[in-house]
Amino acid sequence: MTNKRYAIEVQGLTKSFGSVKVLKGIDLRVERGTVYAILGPNGAGKTTLVSILSTLLRPDAGKAEVFGLDVVRDADAVRGIVGLTGQFAAVDEGLSGHDNLELFGRLTGYGRKAAYARADELLDAFELTEAANRPAAQYSGGMRRRLDIAAAMLVRPELLFLDEPTTGLDPRSRSGVWDIVRTLVAGGTTVLLTTQYLEEADQLADRLAVIDGGTVIAEGTAAELKALVGSGTVQIRLARPELRSLAEQVLRRELNAEVRLHADPATLSAQASDPEPAARVLTELSRAGIATTQFSLGQPSLDEVFLALTGRPAEEAAEEAVS
Amino acid sequence: MSESTNGSKLLRILSVSARPARPNALHAVATFTWRSMRHTVSQLPYMAIDVLIFPVIFLLIFTYMFGGAISGSTGHYLQFLLPGMLVYTVTTMTVYIGIAIKTDIDKGVFNRFRTLPFWQPAAIIGTMLVNLLSYAAALATTIGIGLLLGFRPEAGLTGALLALLLVILYAFSVSWIFACIGVVVKKTESITSMTYIVLYPLMFTSNVFTDTSTMPDWLGRIVAYNPISLASTAARGLMHGTATAQDLIAALGGMILLTLAFAPLTFRLYLKKAKQ
Repeated sequence: MTNKRYAIEVQGLTKSFGSVKVLKGIDLRVERGTVYAILGPNGAGKTTLVSILSTLLRPDAGKAEVFGLDVVRDADAVRGIVGLTGQFAAVDEGLSGHDNLELFGRLTGYGRKAAYARADELLDAFELTEAANRPAAQYSGGMRRRLDIAAAMLVRPELLFLDEPTTGLDPRSRSGVWDIVRTLVAGGTTVLLTTQYLEEADQLADRLAVIDGGTVIAEGTAAELKALVGSGTVQIRLARPELRSLAEQVLRRELNAEVRLHADPATLSAQASDPEPAARVLTELSRAGIATTQFSLGQPSLDEVFLALTGRPAEEAAEEAVS
Repeated sequence: MSESTNGSKLLRILSVSARPARPNALHAVATFTWRSMRHTVSQLPYMAIDVLIFPVIFLLIFTYMFGGAISGSTGHYLQFLLPGMLVYTVTTMTVYIGIAIKTDIDKGVFNRFRTLPFWQPAAIIGTMLVNLLSYAAALATTIGIGLLLGFRPEAGLTGALLALLLVILYAFSVSWIFACIGVVVKKTESITSMTYIVLYPLMFTSNVFTDTSTMPDWLGRIVAYNPISLASTAARGLMHGTATAQDLIAALGGMILLTLAFAPLTFRLYLKKAKQ
């Protein structure tokens, strides 16, 4: 491959569908050999961006290069070095796992025997041998994700697009997929992943961009983004929702931060600069006779990042994008 | 995931970074034929309804319920009806190519196909070739039942085989209409409703079930140029040895026209199609 420093270079990328501007000038650079996460609510433009980078859509304006190859002018060459997964490029649910890999292998250019053998090899590496002859439609979430990734690995792609790789997976399958991604990167593949979870980006990504309403609103390492937001969040669920305004006062007093009232009438949260005042909140609440059913001090979620960056939660942003 | 063993297996997988040569068009078509056969095998029970049960039911209903009323005797009517019934049977089946294409687009497999380096029309052609096999099976059932009920092709085996070939070619040409519809429609249901809006009126304003000479003049003329009528007339002629060159030219000309109009259009729209 080329010796380019950047796997992806995007400048001023725009795309509209009819009168709806989905991308309003995206700038992005992804260094080769790294994992880059694109974080954003549904409808923020993640899928459109990846579709352009993988030559499935043409941009209206701006420049997008993959390893120095222009995604419009050199579309064929780009297709040869990228791999797609998830909703970007699905597997055939009517076929078994083995048949799927054989199909895509043959369409990549392998002969019948070579495609069959490669399918065997991939199923083995992705721990799907036992399910090889079952229809993909019957696969569990985790198996399905592994088959998705395997289908993109018939030839090792220089750049792999991972679409929400662990959405809806149980924790064990999730860490399995994360392990696979880490191995891929060790094997030399650059990974661009889209996600709605800050935790996922935090686990895997060297850098990340938060996009909202078709523009990049923040970019940096996970640590940098978290610094923007604060170190963590205290989230409390009350036994009796009617005491929430009382609890709100305690939180505001002890944490000296804005308190967020969730849609669930028993839940509220606030930023905490460090664990000590958070612990004090718990003591103060019990002293005031406010029983809690749940108390957590967690990493800032995408919601909190969004709140800090845009002043509104992610779900709202998603609704706006859809409406 | 047991890291050490599986990690090394994964790394070995990843060592393959040289792409094989682009598959040629024939290899791609053969691959899609194989895929479509796999699908067909898993859907055999549903297929059986189209291939076996519908032809039998329709043939029995039309022969015994309407035959006497239309032609005076059921045996006489069957001689007239069966060739047209062959055309009717495959016409209703051409819808499936549209549904198959639409399903690929909706499910996102289409996107993966588009990123692979093969000749893209192979995806449609391969599927269509396998559909021809199911058309042939349905035709074999229809004609088999017909023979049991007393149908006799007056032009013998050769005539019957030529008629079957003609009907298969007809089905191939009509398939392009639905392939095209499958590429452009927004919802799969629209394809099925097309069947009712387009196919059924066309089918009943044809000469499949009744002779045009019994119709008012203006209607007779419309019916005569209906592509379904053209195919039925030619199939009937071949089956009974009464086909004129004009009948055959009209039928084949109609098929060529349909294919030339819709096949390139389908490919163009398919290549332009982008999932949004």
